[in-house]
Parts: sequence; C-alpha cells; structure tokens
Amino acid sequence: MSGHEPVALPVSSMLADSAWTDATVKLGNSFGAIAGFLGILLVVFFAAGRARGRLGRPLAILVFLGPAVLLLIVGLVAPLIRTVYLSFYNDDSTRFLGGRNYGWALTTGSIHQVLLNTLLWLLVAPLAATGLGLVLALLVDRMKRQAVYKSLIFMPMAVSLVGASIIWKFVYEARDTSQHQIGLLSQLAISLGWSHPPNWMLSHPLNNFLLMAVMIWVQTGFAMVVLSAAIKAIPDEVTEAARLDGARGVQLFWYVTVPMIRTTLVVVLTTVMITTLKAFDIVRTMTGGNFGTQVLANEMYSQSFVQFNVGRGSALAVILFLAVLPLVAYNIVQLRKERETR
Amino acid sequence: MRKSFSSPLASVFVIAVTVLWTIPTFGLLATSLRPKQDVTDSGWWEVFAHPQLILSNYHTVLFEGGFGVSGGLMPYLVNSLAISIPATVFPLVIAAMAAYALAWVRFKGSDTVFFVIFALQVVPLQMALIPLLQLFSGGAHLGGVTVLPSLDLHGTYAPVWLAHTMFALPLATFLLHNFISQLPRDLMEAAVVDGASHFKIFRSIVLPLCTPALASFAIFEFLWVWNDLLVALTFAGGTPEVAPMTVRLAQLSGSFGGRWELLTAGAFLSLIVPLIVFFGLQRYFVRGLLAGSVKG
Repeated sequence: MSGHEPVALPVSSMLADSAWTDATVKLGNSFGAIAGFLGILLVVFFAAGRARGRLGRPLAILVFLGPAVLLLIVGLVAPLIRTVYLSFYNDDSTRFLGGRNYGWALTTGSIHQVLLNTLLWLLVAPLAATGLGLVLALLVDRMKRQAVYKSLIFMPMAVSLVGASIIWKFVYEARDTSQHQIGLLSQLAISLGWSHPPNWMLSHPLNNFLLMAVMIWVQTGFAMVVLSAAIKAIPDEVTEAARLDGARGVQLFWYVTVPMIRTTLVVVLTTVMITTLKAFDIVRTMTGGNFGTQVLANEMYSQSFVQFNVGRGSALAVILFLAVLPLVAYNIVQLRKERETR
Repeated sequence: MRKSFSSPLASVFVIAVTVLWTIPTFGLLATSLRPKQDVTDSGWWEVFAHPQLILSNYHTVLFEGGFGVSGGLMPYLVNSLAISIPATVFPLVIAAMAAYALAWVRFKGSDTVFFVIFALQVVPLQMALIPLLQLFSGGAHLGGVTVLPSLDLHGTYAPVWLAHTMFALPLATFLLHNFISQLPRDLMEAAVVDGASHFKIFRSIVLPLCTPALASFAIFEFLWVWNDLLVALTFAGGTPEVAPMTVRLAQLSGSFGGRWELLTAGAFLSLIVPLIVFFGLQRYFVRGLLAGSVKG
C-alpha cells in the first residue's frame, strides 16, 4: 500500500489483513456517501412535499431539475467555453496568443505525424470493424449455436481498453530469436517460416496497424450485434420479392440487404469512428505514444496533463471536438429518429 | 441468399474468427495461472503439454505487489468498486429527477432545457477536463471575485464521482426522459387528483415503473466507469488511496519488465467484474450499450 510495511516480514496474511481493513473503510465511505446523498434527497423531498399552493410547482421544478442543471453548467457548459478561451492563451493563461496554438498544431512536424496517425486510425479501424461485423452478421445467423459465437466475438466490448491493450501487448511480446518466444504473434511468425520476426511494437509503421487491431478486436462484435439485429428486421416479403425477380447470393446482398440496412450501417460506422477518435487508452497503454504511434487524443492528454502545456492541450481538445462534432451530431439524430419510429 | 451463404466455408470462417477473438483472452488467463518459471521459459500454449496451474500469482498481485513496487492491487480493486458504485447511483437518481420534471412538471422553456441537455451529448470529455480540474483544485474566480472557493477534495473520491456524474447526465437524462414521458397519462393524472405531490408521485409511481430503464442504464454506466481510464487518470491521480485498477494497470504496463505472470493476473482481475456482468446480464448489457454507444 503506502510502502511502510516492512518488506522482510514473511507474514503475507498481515498484508492481507490490512488490505481488508482498507477495503472496509473505503467501501464504507462510498456507501456512506450514497446513503448521505439519498438521505439529503429524502429530507428535501419531505420538506418540499409539504409546500402547498402557488409555491408547490416552482419548488418541485427547482428540486427536481436544479441539481442536473447546476452540475451540467459547472461540469460541461462552463468548461466547454473555458477550454475554447484557454486555447487562445499561453500555458499559464496570462498572454493572449491569438491562433498561435492552432498554428503550432497544424505546422509542427511531430504533430503532423499525430494527425496522420489519427486519420489512419479513423479510416482503417472503423471500416475493418464494420466490414467484418457485417460479414459475420450475415454468416452467423444461419449457424447452429449462433449465440455462443456471437457472445464470444462480442465479449471484448465488455472489458476496458486498458485490459484489451494488455491482452494484446502479450500477444505482441517479442524476444530475441535465440530464446523461446512467449508472444503468440512471434511464435506464429516463426512457425510460418519467418526466422527473425521484428520487435512488433518498435516497427514503424506496422505498429500503428497492430494497435488498430486491438480496436478492431473490441468493436467488431458491437458491429456484428447491431447489424445482425438490423438484418433480422428486414421484412421477409422484401427478400422474397427480390428472390422471385431472380436475385441470388452476392447480388441479393448488395442490392437488397445493404440498402435495407444502410442507415444502421452508417450509424455503426460513425459510432466506431467516434470511439476511435477519442480513445487514448490503447496507445497510452501499449506504446505510450512512442515509436511513431501517437494519436490526437493521447497527444492532447500528454500536452495538458504531462507537460502542462494548457494552451496547446486546449487547442488540441478543440480540434478533437471539431472532428467528432459532425459525427456525433449525425449519429444522435439518426439514432433518435430510429428510436422514435420503433 | 440463405443457401449460398450457408456453405461449410462460411461456418469455418465464423469459427475461425471466434477462435481468433477468444485466444488472446485465453492466453492471458492461462499465463496468469502458470508458475513464474514456466511463464519465462515457454509460451502459454505449452500449458497443454505441462498442465501445471497455480493460484499464487493472484495472491501475489493482490496483496504483496512484486512489480518492483511494494503493495498489491487490492487497494486499486477496492477503489474501482468504491468509484463505480456511487458514480452509477448519483447520475441515475439526478437524471431520473430531471427527466421527470421535464416530462411531467412542464413549464415555459422546459422543451428548450431538454433540447440543450440533449445537445450536450456532442461534447467530448476532453473539452471539459482542464477547466474542471482547475476548478476542483483552484476554485472559480470572476474578475477577482471568488465565485467558488477551492475545494480541498484532493486524495478523496469526490472529484472522480463528481466528474463521472456530470459527464453521465446528458445521456442519462435523455434516455430516462424517453422512458418516463411514455408512462400512462391517466395514471399520473389520477395521482394528482388524489392529491399526491410531485415528490410522492416520483417515489411511488415513477421510480418503480422505470426499473427496467434504470437497470439498463445502471449496467451501462457501471461498466463505463469501471472501464474508464481518462476521467480516473485526470481526477484521481495515481495513488493507491484513490486510483482505480485501470490507472494502475496502465502504469504497470508501461514500467514493467518481464513479469508477465503478474501483469496477466492483474489484468484478469480487472476483467472479472465486466465479464461476470457481460455473461450474467447479457440482455441488459446489450440494451444499455446500444442506447449508450455514443456517450461523451
């Protein structure tokens, strides 16, 4: 824990004991906070519930809506404005720089690499995940025990990107070829006849694609599940009619299935794009942004919270915002439209 | 179409993808159960030839450390729980209240408020991090006047809870509003006629009837917080007092040389909770995920 325990003590049960005490205190605090929160609400509800007449309605609005509105203003609206403001200033926000932080972002060589990588991620990972998801959705529905396959392919979506990164870092682990390999990829390369496979994480530009593979691994199941539901929702009459007209196999797929699920396809693609643009976990965990693998979301984090270049970090955050804005806006409108018609 | 795609080739393809998708996780689990010497000497696939499995790696990472640092992952695992549970309950309750007000205590401008909350979903977390961190550590000042004093929350869970609650509200309010506004009008009007206050209606009618929607969102939000790295890294720092598993694992993954039997055990510990939720509550999980897939 805090490093004060005498390391020489062989009694690991003592460490375990203090860990359990620590756990009890912490979880006690958490449940205490929840109890306190609900307790306050109960008191407020009780007090405000007694108000009658003209005061009743405004009071109800204030109590019900007030907390959410206040938290949103403090937590999202004001910070949003302030980040835009900070992006025009220097790092301790004392000197107005105009657009110089943006100029830095668009003209610095190392940032060019970052923007290029981000663009590459944005094109490759979503297209691969959606394409593979679509193929799987088409194929899996005709198989026995499809629920098992679907579950297993969908499973990576449940785990954290940090966890996924460690899983894959282990797959990519490379050792000197004189030793036994413990990483699956190196072993596979060797058994396929590649006698000296490289250290994967250090090989630019290959390493970028190996990192993207993690995102594809996570998102393919999501694409498959959503697209499979969309395909099942195509009315039988439509496919029957096309079949009577002589459409078969691939033709039926391109001219009937794909157009019928086009909206869902675009929603899935943009959803994965948004996740890809904002995800910094994979790059941060696997390479730390080194070896030419840096992306925008992680560069933003490093500038802001590692190097404390608040102005530049804010400018990068604004660029990220502008990049996801059209995607998110489109996505939300589509999803909500779909929900309303359902 | 049905016929042409149902060839044996298609089945082989799906099975191949499934195996490929499962093997990396299986390798992680297998490695975490092997003795240190075996892990250094041979790949995890040799486990089938030498099936010697132990649990002591888990004991080591939980309670003793051995990452070249003292102390195990136990405090971080506890932190993950201690962060995730309140960070699920707070936004759920606050959003349900707001959704009820916007749906049933309508007032002039309530549509506008709803639309603004809805639109806030487009703001990525990255846009709010720096100012919110400055606010938590330095307070808020407008033209030399202190609007909000600096809150001494450092080393507590409060900033992480608060940040997660704030960031979850737009989506939570929107989803719960969809559900709450669909409740039968007759029922609500009957309650008003009976003289029930809004507070009573909310507690005894709205909350019980919304349980499915609340459960779906709770599962989504719990896993979102449990798996989050960005908010935790920014607002919790890296200390064993507050930081969750994701933060610690990201640190260890970077600073770590060769102790794969421990890192894999640590990683698997962080996966257990999401995997239980996934396999146990898959239907709710999918529903929550689909509804929430464009969050923050």
